[in-house]
Amino acid sequence: QPAQFTNPETPGYVGFANLPNQVHRKSVKKGFEFTLMVVGESGLGKSTLINSLFLTDLYPERLIPGAADKIERTVQIEASTVEIEERGVKLRLTVVDTPGYGDAINCRDCFKTIIAYIDEQFERYLHDESGLNRRHIIDNRVHCCFYFISPFGHGLKPLDVEFMKAIHNKVNIVPVIAKADTLSLKERERLKKRILDEIEEHGIKIYHLPDAESDEDEDFKEQTRLLKASIPFCVVGSNQLIEAKGKKVRGRLYPWGVVEVENPEHNDFLKLRTMLITHMQDLQEVTQDLHYENFRSERLKRGGRLKIEDEEVNKDQILLEKEAEVR
Amino acid sequence: AGPAETKNEAAMSELVPEPRQKPVVPMKPVGINASLLGYIGIDTIIEQMRKKTMKTGFDFNIMVVGQSGLGKSTLVNTLFKSQVSRKSSGWNREEKIPKTVEIKAIGHVIEEGGVKMKLTVIDTPGFGDQINNENCWEPIEKYINEQYEKFLKEEVNIARKKRIPDTRVHCCLYFISPTGHSLRPLDLEFMKHLSKVVNIIPVIAKADTMTLEEKTEFKQRVRKELEVNGIEFYPQKEFDEDLEDKTENDKIRQESMPFAVVGSDKEYQVNGKRVLGRKTPWGIIEVENLSHCEFALLRDFVIRTHLQDLKEVTHNIHYETYRAKRLNDNGGLPPMTVETEENHESNL
Repeated sequence: QPAQFTNPETPGYVGFANLPNQVHRKSVKKGFEFTLMVVGESGLGKSTLINSLFLTDLYPERLIPGAADKIERTVQIEASTVEIEERGVKLRLTVVDTPGYGDAINCRDCFKTIIAYIDEQFERYLHDESGLNRRHIIDNRVHCCFYFISPFGHGLKPLDVEFMKAIHNKVNIVPVIAKADTLSLKERERLKKRILDEIEEHGIKIYHLPDAESDEDEDFKEQTRLLKASIPFCVVGSNQLIEAKGKKVRGRLYPWGVVEVENPEHNDFLKLRTMLITHMQDLQEVTQDLHYENFRSERLKRGGRLKIEDEEVNKDQILLEKEAEVR
Repeated sequence: AGPAETKNEAAMSELVPEPRQKPVVPMKPVGINASLLGYIGIDTIIEQMRKKTMKTGFDFNIMVVGQSGLGKSTLVNTLFKSQVSRKSSGWNREEKIPKTVEIKAIGHVIEEGGVKMKLTVIDTPGFGDQINNENCWEPIEKYINEQYEKFLKEEVNIARKKRIPDTRVHCCLYFISPTGHSLRPLDLEFMKHLSKVVNIIPVIAKADTMTLEEKTEFKQRVRKELEVNGIEFYPQKEFDEDLEDKTENDKIRQESMPFAVVGSDKEYQVNGKRVLGRKTPWGIIEVENLSHCEFALLRDFVIRTHLQDLKEVTHNIHYETYRAKRLNDNGGLPPMTVETEENHESNL
């Protein structure tokens, strides 16, 4: 018996219980990649929320276009990548923004660009996965989509319903209500319930947090229950420090009081952040196991060459490429 | 007189004016300060007009336009301190968004200090709520023109009613979403088309979502955008009657408007007083507190100072524009009919 694998105290101890630690250590070394897509009309607080979540300024030179400029604009896709490191753990976060969504008078073609982008990332991954050199596949697939619902409405708008139905089989949807400080607590509860009812009514599939495993501790189980019960999250974003009750907090200063971003009695910001962080792994898994596999099987059934950026590559070229890869 | 023959004669004729012809038009009246000569009693006409108005009452028709959920119904209820909106008239709030723009008019009689006002609130559910909102202002423009047409028909009757029922829209409150960014393309299109046929008063809805700085910046940006796009909201610059009007209205146009408002029909206790407001975990927003929002400014503007002017501009400017177009277009006014019991239309 190899000496290093025996623990003198427990006869028969093999030692593979150590595997999770090894995986953990490798992951930490490799770092995590996560792509978050953000969709919603202009002015719903998307950028502020992203900046608040990741304590950064992802949009330093931002120019807000006027209404006349928006009339001719189509939906754009803008991706910004930032590397965040915390206690030795590296996160390479890509935020995919969709300016122009919901702004036009006629939004019928609003989602084409966005769906094309999501599909293109799947297509690219499929192409890479089928290649010979698979060591450095970059995963740019969208792992999660924050869909922003207006806090000013009475529930979902026709555009919200149509868009979510068009992407719910392609990406994990997390509905978010930002600028929640415009709602009283009662109004929030009413709006959340209305939205959940409408989501069910229209058969929209949003991301479901997995239930806590039975062997988890009570605190974690309770936390998961609380998170599940709060969807959709009603949040307030801000990176401004305001003085409140003697200490400096991130918040918004009004003549009638201060809204604190990280106060759970004021809004669900902490819950949203917790959910995102503790479920990053799960969001990636569901993207891989469900959405990507859906895409892959549909795609392969459909047949045809795997097109990357509309380029049809012929057989000889493929062979040449593969040879180059092996080298 | 014949042409002057010499230079001298010409010069002479300039010095001696020709005898003036008797003026056909009455001369400009000479101002008399009556109080110097003793009291005549002309000023009592104001009291006479007031009594008349109190007896007859008056019509006021206000339209609200904006995406669903911007607080239109609540604001109108707050403005008139009564349940006058569609929301309170048995409309179920769980009702779905209509597929096309609907026009719903609800009339109420409100009395205050012996004065009766027949208030009609015209709601426009479905505006701006669809995926494709192209031309969604057309039903609204059509409704407004239909009211002008109704009035015109009554006006050209041989036997006219003593008091033509006025269903024309005197004021259109346009609700801007408080994004804090800029106007939306739909806002521009609506106001461009409709500011030519009706008095538009833009308001920033649910203003409790913005801090003071954000509010000021947003208002400035909206004002600029409206100016750059040639949109004249009420009070329109070209209709200022005198310097006093102009000064007062300039201040409103350049500083106060668009009014950033918050509406509420719930009362709370603040500092021993009962106030209309919104309760949040971080404080109570008082609707009539000027340091919280500009509701009181809007209310004073629409009801306490400019109500009559809104009606006058509608009648003297917008209606006349419509009438002139009708005269030119069809080569004539609508056919004159004699009002009989059979074709008498009941008013709203």
